[in-house]
Amino acid sequence: MALLKTVNLGQKYGERYVLKDVNLEVDRGDVFALIGPTGAGKTTLIRLLDLLETPASGRIYIDGVDVTCSGGFRLATRRRMALVQQKPVVFDMSVYENVACGLRWRHEKSEAIRQKVEAALELVAMADYKNRNARTLSGGETQRVAIARALVTQPEVLFLDEPTANLDPVSVSKIEEVLAHIIGQQKTTIVMATHDMSQGQRLAGRIGVLIDGEILQLDSPSEIFTSPKSREVAQFVGVDNILAGVVVAKDNGLVTTEVNGYRLQSISDFGLGEEVYVLIRPEDITLTLSKDIGSARNTFLGRIIKMTPLGPLVRIEVDCGFPLLALITKRSTQELGLTVGGNVYANFKTTAIRTIKRWR
Amino acid sequence: MTELWEGLTRAIQLIISFDPEVMEIAGRSLAISATSCSLAALISLPLGGLIHFSHFPGKRLLISIIQTLFSVPTVLIGLLVFVLFSRAGPIGGLNLMFTPAVMVIGQVILIIPLMLGLILSALRGVDKGVAETAISLGASRLQAGILTLREARYAVLTAVIMGFGRAVSEVGLALMVGGNIKGFTRTLTTAISLETSKGDLELALALGIVLLFIALIVNVALNRFQQR
Repeated sequence: MALLKTVNLGQKYGERYVLKDVNLEVDRGDVFALIGPTGAGKTTLIRLLDLLETPASGRIYIDGVDVTCSGGFRLATRRRMALVQQKPVVFDMSVYENVACGLRWRHEKSEAIRQKVEAALELVAMADYKNRNARTLSGGETQRVAIARALVTQPEVLFLDEPTANLDPVSVSKIEEVLAHIIGQQKTTIVMATHDMSQGQRLAGRIGVLIDGEILQLDSPSEIFTSPKSREVAQFVGVDNILAGVVVAKDNGLVTTEVNGYRLQSISDFGLGEEVYVLIRPEDITLTLSKDIGSARNTFLGRIIKMTPLGPLVRIEVDCGFPLLALITKRSTQELGLTVGGNVYANFKTTAIRTIKRWR
Repeated sequence: MTELWEGLTRAIQLIISFDPEVMEIAGRSLAISATSCSLAALISLPLGGLIHFSHFPGKRLLISIIQTLFSVPTVLIGLLVFVLFSRAGPIGGLNLMFTPAVMVIGQVILIIPLMLGLILSALRGVDKGVAETAISLGASRLQAGILTLREARYAVLTAVIMGFGRAVSEVGLALMVGGNIKGFTRTLTTAISLETSKGDLELALALGIVLLFIALIVNVALNRFQQR
């Protein structure tokens, strides 16, 4: 039985629906990531699951028990869970007292509190700060205290709402290290919301993509990133080339799709005349100065219209009669002498293309 | 000017020599005001929490009424208590008129709006995330409320001190329902009023200085607590 389950869960603020028909199942020990753009409803979903809000529709089950509106039972249920918020509020007291709060509210004995708090602070590497007022800490340190404060109660489900948003890269990696440790050692069930899709990929075993209040895809991280099932998911997971086309030929699984009058070959099950989107990740496109003699079946001559440096990489927009975005290393750009206005061949394999149904 | 100077000298003499009458009046003032202040705090703290955390129609109106009562004249409260506790009044049978007890009751009624209003604004000043975080970490509504009050502790303490200040310095109520009976209900403010009307300005000034001295000690204690 799933530890956490929702059935057609929905929430609305005023007349506006922020969540629609969310159906989720999270098993004990799972690490589940909710990814989606800002404003997609991730925080609302987490708040509903943590019983901080009452849903407008649908049910929430924990261990098979309906906890949606069960009055006084909510406190007991909430005590089985803990939440780390995006911008955690620490109380105006020492770090130690902040972490001890949850245990005091559960009327634990003082010796047990001392041991648990010290272990939790040790875990997040904040033991040296235990006597500091928590309001004097930096953003990353505050977040680690918030994680310790949630973990110390040994929750069955730990909710993390954007645990590393607005933090510097060093703090992010420290917090991810702590989370990876918790996932590896403590086997805590975790539901985390993040807009950083790579973080979801690094930490989670399963991912739900939430866009405009709806779960559009539930899959393993690799499936989500390589096989997005809709245009919105593809866009969110970084597939920059989403081209509308029609299947015009089919030969033993090798499908030809016409895009803007150009023919692209890919492998898929779609039939003749079907309207599809062709998805190509920008890093799967190679650029050459002469026609590629390698294994890429798709080769198009185009003109470079824009080059945007992204650290060690360069994002290159090529007009091949249809727009293509490629991501190549700065070094390759220099070696090939690529410049805006210059001609270049864009090459990609049939296997680099994902084809999905286009809904009108 | 001479009177002021003589008053100051006499005040110092009275304080240094622990003049029994002055000490007795000061002690009574302190006791009555401290009792009223404690009782008002015991009522205002939970009531403030209840009003702050509840949602009900008319909440804004209630807060406006509370704030309006900040400036209620002490003689008006005195009149109300007089009507209630005088022999012919609805609870006159309790025989509390002209006793320290009725003075305490009057002062409690007088300072509750002030204390309550300031506690409500202290609670409004606390980040809403505090109570919600507490709830998400397993606190009951009561535990979250106590934490919020704790977060607002300095402003709440100021509210209590303001209440004490209003109680210890009021005169109209103490005169009307206390009666300024020597050795029984005479307080610093009623004594000052009496001595001034008798023409003993030095003693009146001395008592005024003692009153200010008490206020000073209370404020110093508050500042020390806030700096901790």
